[in-house]
Amino acid sequence: MKPFAYERARDVDHALSLAAANPGARFLAGGTNLLDLMKLEIEQPSQVIDVGRLPLAEISETPSGGLRIGALATNTAVASDPRVRSRYPILARAILAGGSVQLRNKASVGGNLMQRTRCPYFMDSAKPCNKRLPGSGCSAMEGLAMTFALFGASEMCVAVSPSDMSVALAALDGLAETVRADGSVSRRPVETLHRLPGEAPQVDTDLAPDELILAVELPPPPEGGQAWRKVRARASYTGAIASVAVAGGQVALGAVAARPWRARAAEEALASGASPFEAAASELAHAAGEEGRKALVRRLAADVIREAREGMGS
Amino acid sequence: MSTVRDWAEPNPVTENRTGLIGKPVDRYEGRLKVTGTAPYAYEVETPSAPLYGHIVSSTIARGRITAIDTKAAESAPGVVLAWSHLNVPEQAARGARINPRSQRGANPALASDRVEHYGQSVAFILADTPENARAAGSLVRVAYAEEPADLDFLASLAKAGPAPGEEDARVGDFEAGYSASEVTVDGTWFSPLQNHAQMEPCATTAWWEGDKVVVHTSIQMVKGGQHALAETLGLPSDRVRLFTRYIGGGFGGKGQSYDDLTLAALASRASGRPVRVAYTRQQMFQATIHRPAVQMRVRLGADRTGRLNAMAIEAVTHCARNAPFVEHAANFARNLYAAPHRLTGHRLVRLDIPHAGAMRAPGEAPGMLSLECAMDELAETLGLDPIELRIRNEPEVDPDNGKPFSVRQLVRCMREGAQQFGWDRRNPVPGAVRDGRWYVGMGMATAIRGNFLLPAKAGLRVTGDGLATLTQGMTDIGTGTYTILAQITGETLGLTLDKVRVELGDSDMPPAPGSGGQFGAATAGSAAFETGMVMRRRLAELAAGDPASPLYGEDPTLMDFANGNIVLGNRSASLAALAGRAGPEGVYVEGSISPAADARDWSQHTYGAHFAEVGVDSVTGEVRLRRMFGVFAAGRILNAKLAKSQITGGMIWGVGAALTEANPVDPRFGSFLHQDLGGYLAPVHADIVNLDAVLLDEADDKANPMGIKGVGELGICGAGAAIANAVYNACGVRLRDYPLTPDKVLAALEAKGL
Amino acid sequence: MLTTIRVNGVDRAADVDPRMSLLDFLRERLDLKGTKKGCDHGQCGACTVLVNGVRINACLSLAVMHEGDQVLTVEGLAGEEALHPVQHAFLVEDAFQCGYCTPGQICSAVGLLAEVAAGQPSEATVDLEGPVVLTDAEIRERMSGNICRCSAYPQILAAVRRAAGVAA
Repeated sequence: MKPFAYERARDVDHALSLAAANPGARFLAGGTNLLDLMKLEIEQPSQVIDVGRLPLAEISETPSGGLRIGALATNTAVASDPRVRSRYPILARAILAGGSVQLRNKASVGGNLMQRTRCPYFMDSAKPCNKRLPGSGCSAMEGLAMTFALFGASEMCVAVSPSDMSVALAALDGLAETVRADGSVSRRPVETLHRLPGEAPQVDTDLAPDELILAVELPPPPEGGQAWRKVRARASYTGAIASVAVAGGQVALGAVAARPWRARAAEEALASGASPFEAAASELAHAAGEEGRKALVRRLAADVIREAREGMGS
Repeated sequence: MSTVRDWAEPNPVTENRTGLIGKPVDRYEGRLKVTGTAPYAYEVETPSAPLYGHIVSSTIARGRITAIDTKAAESAPGVVLAWSHLNVPEQAARGARINPRSQRGANPALASDRVEHYGQSVAFILADTPENARAAGSLVRVAYAEEPADLDFLASLAKAGPAPGEEDARVGDFEAGYSASEVTVDGTWFSPLQNHAQMEPCATTAWWEGDKVVVHTSIQMVKGGQHALAETLGLPSDRVRLFTRYIGGGFGGKGQSYDDLTLAALASRASGRPVRVAYTRQQMFQATIHRPAVQMRVRLGADRTGRLNAMAIEAVTHCARNAPFVEHAANFARNLYAAPHRLTGHRLVRLDIPHAGAMRAPGEAPGMLSLECAMDELAETLGLDPIELRIRNEPEVDPDNGKPFSVRQLVRCMREGAQQFGWDRRNPVPGAVRDGRWYVGMGMATAIRGNFLLPAKAGLRVTGDGLATLTQGMTDIGTGTYTILAQITGETLGLTLDKVRVELGDSDMPPAPGSGGQFGAATAGSAAFETGMVMRRRLAELAAGDPASPLYGEDPTLMDFANGNIVLGNRSASLAALAGRAGPEGVYVEGSISPAADARDWSQHTYGAHFAEVGVDSVTGEVRLRRMFGVFAAGRILNAKLAKSQITGGMIWGVGAALTEANPVDPRFGSFLHQDLGGYLAPVHADIVNLDAVLLDEADDKANPMGIKGVGELGICGAGAAIANAVYNACGVRLRDYPLTPDKVLAALEAKGL
Repeated sequence: MLTTIRVNGVDRAADVDPRMSLLDFLRERLDLKGTKKGCDHGQCGACTVLVNGVRINACLSLAVMHEGDQVLTVEGLAGEEALHPVQHAFLVEDAFQCGYCTPGQICSAVGLLAEVAAGQPSEATVDLEGPVVLTDAEIRERMSGNICRCSAYPQILAAVRRAAGVAA
């Protein structure tokens, strides 16, 4: 790990001013992803701003009947919240499918949103990787990894987002609320918080260096059933090969893109009366990549949509 | 030299009067382990504050270091020294031996500018803290001249050559027998490269006491480690004192020493301070040995009744270019099934990747993944139950050599397993059973693994406090050595366990070969037993010759041992009193075991049968274990609880091999795809559902004086095949390419239109 | 930087490198080596400790983040004489072999029992809105963040059941 200056933020303004003063700084919440990457020297912040004790862990009702989840609520706290469990069961399920209890006890909602890809070539600093070292090339493109993007990839990068939670949040139309040092507050859909790689895969999100996630806001859950499923070789404690979250007519796919992938084509097909299988197929018609992986996502999406409709899910 | 007949007499262990043998007592060192106070190699107390080493690894597979710059690292905070091949202290050449009795040659680190595999050590940093050492390591700059490398096993099959010093085993005329068979199976199976993934990374703590180095290291073989370090440093063996008291998993991967041992010793000498060096998890993958991939072509020919007429396993595997190792994936078949026409053999591809080596049940573990599935295919072709097919091919004598079996309860394992598992509820039609979206199926396979006895010694001291302390240069890698040696010693001397101490893992102690090849319990245990018998004779003679003893003048050969006393009729002399009178050090004896001269006149193996029920997700191709059961026969069981833990642990390794474990080599770099435990998927708790095993009553009087055999590797043998057969029964998909990951299963389901 | 952490009931102050993980702080500075380093990346669970009553991976946390926190390690579980019920259950059920993952497993199990008592769900919880029942599936899933390469899983399950007072 490269040496860095450690600063514990006294309050949000303090955190933001520190960040504004040092573009090489990183916010540290639970640390489960940032410290992992710092040990591998994939992240080399000159300063770490510990925001972990800021009072941003509250989960509260919104006037519109939704839920506002503080960015520092732990993954465990969110999945255990009775309101989440009853109204947004796919969010609880998606969170509980990720990592281990130990990790979820430490990891925050904001940190989960910001976690970086786990592409094995990104994680190995000896390998070319455009996300880690712009212009060095993409080792994954011709590589051995099984999990690569079906949607929104570029010639520069095929990495996928590892977050299960984000998939549910995207299906639920979650918004990430952020604030910058100048006081400006923004709200971005979780769905598009992450950029697609394009020509600059090294930039994960549009967030400015001095921009801190304050909360995730969920509108009231959409009408209709919810269902979640995650595919993996090992029964637990491993990343998704693919995942699907369905809330009413809203469908999001996980581990298939650099962001949680809202399956808009599938949603439109469903809205116009298509069967779950037809809807899934219409989404996958836009996918690029290996046929087996497309087949998996198509079958999975169709089955999870069916499950949500039949009210069997969650 | 003894013969197996010498072992036939009843002895304290086989008579087991106090019942310690077989008793499911808690682990001897268990309290230390559950309280976190068992010191592993990295954790031992040092005579003064230690320094910390960090190894820098190569990032090419093959070539030469053309320039290496350690200056920035040297001037980094806290750094004491930085070594590369340019300035590392002198070591003996690889393989050199100056001590005539060395079991291992020199194993120098940073020895030259040559890079022979990705992840090889190229530099070493010593610093005041682990953080500083590691940060400085990343400042080392290395320039390489890369050379062409052979990295892709399957693309290099054409380069396969004979395994050194081996010939194919041919019986009859396989080709003729096979083509004349009424029913045949011909398939090619692939078992991938796998990693040991022990929970404790390799680690050493070293310091010097004058001209003698003391090392605590995590290694399965005490003498092997001591000798390798002595040769590397050019020292007589007795100037290396090696301790390995607690080992956080070995599984074969710690059968040898690595650069942590060498560099810790060198750095401690150079710095004058104790030094700790541990491999990172990434280095564990990239810089220790692995189980090589094996491609196996299996051909079976049988008549309509299922009698095998021809059987062949042709295995191709790989090893590092300059470190020959053969994964003997075909050998087990020679002892398992008889057929008049047989062909088994191995070919080897040399690759420029880390060394291949022994991993839990080398040979059987990958090998049985092929033949035991081929037998399942044959059974289906014949319309026979898989158990019935195997029973029809059960040999009377060892098919390999015509020798009688010492004991072979394979059929009983299958029958009892079938009964307890509920095998009769299996629907032989694939894909016939559903549970929601899950296809459900059952499969079985047999298990076979050799039994071995190696020469070993032990020491035993009885002191005036009535304690017996067994000492042995042996290891306990989680296998239960401490516990079973205490049980054997207690039963042999008629002592309760609270009066027995066991001390292991010290090169100054009487040597035993260590833990490996499931020979540990039989070998170390037999030495402990023989040593106990020496002690009995010595104490009985003392009792007879000691005027203060109530047994003075009596015949020592008639005396018995019970409850801490030597007993004759209604008189007794306590061990404590005898030992106390013998002197302040008590009574010390050594004993030893050697294989019987005629032991190889019998075929000695351990056997078992696995039964598995799996679910296959009809949507995604995910395979999940629903239950698994095994029945095993492995000689007299010394500790029912610990033996079962060994066996079920092995079965779970079989689950991993079948479903999740594989580490492909990236042919562009020579590195493994997975370099951490997030990528390399060893089973987690949720994978293991309703898994249980039983051990049959057995005593193998040809094995050793106690009739015991090993259990450490038997459980993995065949376990994965039972799962693959269950996957077939569940959904009708025959996959011969392990592990059976969702992508492969789903592709096969899709191909079937499912 | 000067950091004070209450470890096993005792305030421990030390001047620590900000890079130092909580795990290395425990092992190297406090000589509490019961907490193990298996992977150093949150992928094995051997370093599991309880911080303010909640189990976490000590390797993925900086010591300086824990100023004023209460940390409980395996060394702090047992009384003077008696083992903690979870430790006793692991011993009796033979829920370990090499012992290296064991302190993490035990701390994890202690955390698990508290989480279940608090009604926190897991991926194995069938009804997210109902009470949490400690089934075998629940124990397996909740213990899945602790890899045991010796594969003592059936015995660990039995030990957690025993410690929880749940019949097989």
